[in-house]
Amino acid sequence: MRARRLAARTLAYVLLLVGAVLVSAPFYWLLRSSLLTEGDNFIWPPILIPNPPVWRNYVEIWQVPFIPLPLFFRNSVVLVVAALIGELIATSMAGYAFGRLRWWGRDVMFALLVATMFLPAQVTIIPLFLLFKQLGWLNTLLPLIVPSWLGHALYIFLMRQFVMTIPPDLDDAARIDGCGTFRIYWNIIVPLSAPALATIAIFSFQTKWNQFFEPLIYINKTEVLPLAVGVRMFQSAALLPGGGVSGNVSWSHLLAATVVMVLPILVVFFAAQRAFIQGIVISGVKG
Amino acid sequence: MAATATAQPAAARRGLSRRKLAEHLTGWLFAGPWVLGLMTLFVGPMLWSIYLSLTAYSMSGSPTFVGLGNYVEMLGDPRIFQSLKVTTVFALMSVPLNLVVGLGLAILLNQKIRAIAVWRTIYYLPAVISGVGVALLWQWLLNGRFGLLNYALYTFFGINGPNWLSDQGTALYAFVIISLWTVGGSMLVNLSALQGVPTQLYEAASIDGANGWQRVRYITVPTISPVIFYNLIVGIIAALQSFTFFYILTKGGPNNATLTYMLYLYQTAFESTRMGYGSAMAWLLFVYLGLLTLVIFKFSSRWVHYEAPKQ
Repeated sequence: MRARRLAARTLAYVLLLVGAVLVSAPFYWLLRSSLLTEGDNFIWPPILIPNPPVWRNYVEIWQVPFIPLPLFFRNSVVLVVAALIGELIATSMAGYAFGRLRWWGRDVMFALLVATMFLPAQVTIIPLFLLFKQLGWLNTLLPLIVPSWLGHALYIFLMRQFVMTIPPDLDDAARIDGCGTFRIYWNIIVPLSAPALATIAIFSFQTKWNQFFEPLIYINKTEVLPLAVGVRMFQSAALLPGGGVSGNVSWSHLLAATVVMVLPILVVFFAAQRAFIQGIVISGVKG
Repeated sequence: MAATATAQPAAARRGLSRRKLAEHLTGWLFAGPWVLGLMTLFVGPMLWSIYLSLTAYSMSGSPTFVGLGNYVEMLGDPRIFQSLKVTTVFALMSVPLNLVVGLGLAILLNQKIRAIAVWRTIYYLPAVISGVGVALLWQWLLNGRFGLLNYALYTFFGINGPNWLSDQGTALYAFVIISLWTVGGSMLVNLSALQGVPTQLYEAASIDGANGWQRVRYITVPTISPVIFYNLIVGIIAALQSFTFFYILTKGGPNNATLTYMLYLYQTAFESTRMGYGSAMAWLLFVYLGLLTLVIFKFSSRWVHYEAPKQ
C-alpha cells in the first residue's frame, strides 16, 4: 500500500514535470528568438542559447520609422487606465445597489444582468459600430473606454456577491451616526470590498490590454491604435520578403515586440497573483 | 424636522414615504450607469440588429428593407456552411480536450503535491497572456522549417512536422494545440473545486477497495460536475466565437480550412461592408449557440449533480 502510494506520487511528479516543460518551452523559445539576430533565427538545427544575446533588438523596435511603438504603448496605457477607473466606479456602485439597497425593479434588473452575462455579444457588434460611427467616435479610443464607464455584468455580479458578505450592522451603525447612502457606499462598502475590487481591476486590466476585435474594427488610424492591434505591424513587416518595408524589421523584432506587449500583464500577474487566482476561482465556481 | 404636535402623524407618514421614495431613487441612481449601458449597448443595439438583418445596408445611404432576403441568401451561401463546419469541428476537438486535460492537471495538482503554487503558476501562465501575444508567439513556434514544435518532433520522434498553418490538413489542428496550451484557466477552476471535495469520501472509497480510476470516475467527477458543466458551456461559447487567433494566424486560409464563423462575419460586415447580411449572420450564430446550449442543458441532468447548497 505504501509502495503503491509512493509510486503514484512519483508518477504525478513526473507527469507534472513533463507537462511543465511542455508548457514553459514556448516562453523560453520566445525569449530566445527575440535575442537572436535575424539570420540566426533561421538556422537548422536551431541555436538553443543566444550567445551573446542580441539586446539591441529591444532597442530597435522602439525606433522603426513606420511603426510608432511608443505611441501604441501610450495608447494602451491611456485606454486601460481610463477604462479601469470607470469600470471600478460603475461596477462597485451597481454591485452596492444590487447587493444592499432595496428599490423597485431590483430583482427584475438583476435577472436581466445575469441574462446579459450568458447572451453572446456578437449580435451587438454591427449596431455598436454604426452607433460609434454616428457619434464620430471612430478612430478614437472612446468606443473602447466609454462602455467601461457603464459597468460590466460579470464584475457587477462578483461585486454584488461580495457586498452581500459585508455585515449590514456596519451600515446601520453608520446610518445612526448620520451617514447617508453615498457616504456608506464610499466610506464602508468601497474600502471593505478592496479584495473584490482588486480582482475586478486585474481582470479588467488583462481584458483591456488584450482587447483585439473592438480596436480592430473601430480604429483605422495608426497613431490611435493600442498595442494589441499595433504590434501586428511588426508581423506584416516581418513576413514580407526581405524583412519589411525598409528591410529592417525581422522576426526577432516581432518577437521582441511580443515580449514587450505581454510583459505588463506578466508583471501585474506576479505582483497580484493571489487576487488574480482568487478571481478566476470565484467567477468560475460561482459563475 | 421641527413639527407641531398636531401635524406630526401626517408629517411622519409623508416623511416615511418620502424616505422610501428616496431609497428607491438611490437604488436606481447607483445602478444607473449600468442601466444606461444595458439600454444603449445591449437592448437598443439588439433591436437595431434585428431590423438591420432585414435590410441591405452598405453604410452609404440608408438601409433598404429586403425582408427575409438575407436569411434566404444564407441558406445558399457555401461559406456559411464552411464556416459553421470549421467552427463546430474546432469546438468539438478543442473543448473536450481542454476539459479532460484541465481536469487531469487539476487532479494531479490535488495529490498533496509540494510547492503547489509554483506548479499552478507554471500551468496558468499561458492563460494569463492570452490573445494577440499568444497568437504571435505560436506563429513562430509553428513555423514549418524553424519552429520549436517541428524541431521537438524531429529531435524526439524523428518526425518531419508539417507546415502547420499553411497546410490545409493541419491548420485547424494547430489551433487546437494553441487552445490546449492555454488550458490553465479551466485547470484553476477545477482545482479549487477539487479542494472542496471532502477527503473522507476518498478515504471511504479506498477502504472499500476503489482504485485510482474508480475514485476519479465515481467521486471526483460527480462531485465537481457543476464546475465541469460550467467549463463546458463557457468553453463552447468561446470556441464558437473564435476570432483573434484565426485572424492573426491564417485569416481563414488555406482554402477556407480555418474560416471560423466570426471571421466570415467580420469579413462580411467590415471588409465587404454588408451590414445587413452581417447582422443576419450574427443572429444565425446566436440561434445556433442558443440551441446548442439548450441541448447541453437538457442532457446535463443526467450527469451534473447539484448538492443542496451548503451553509
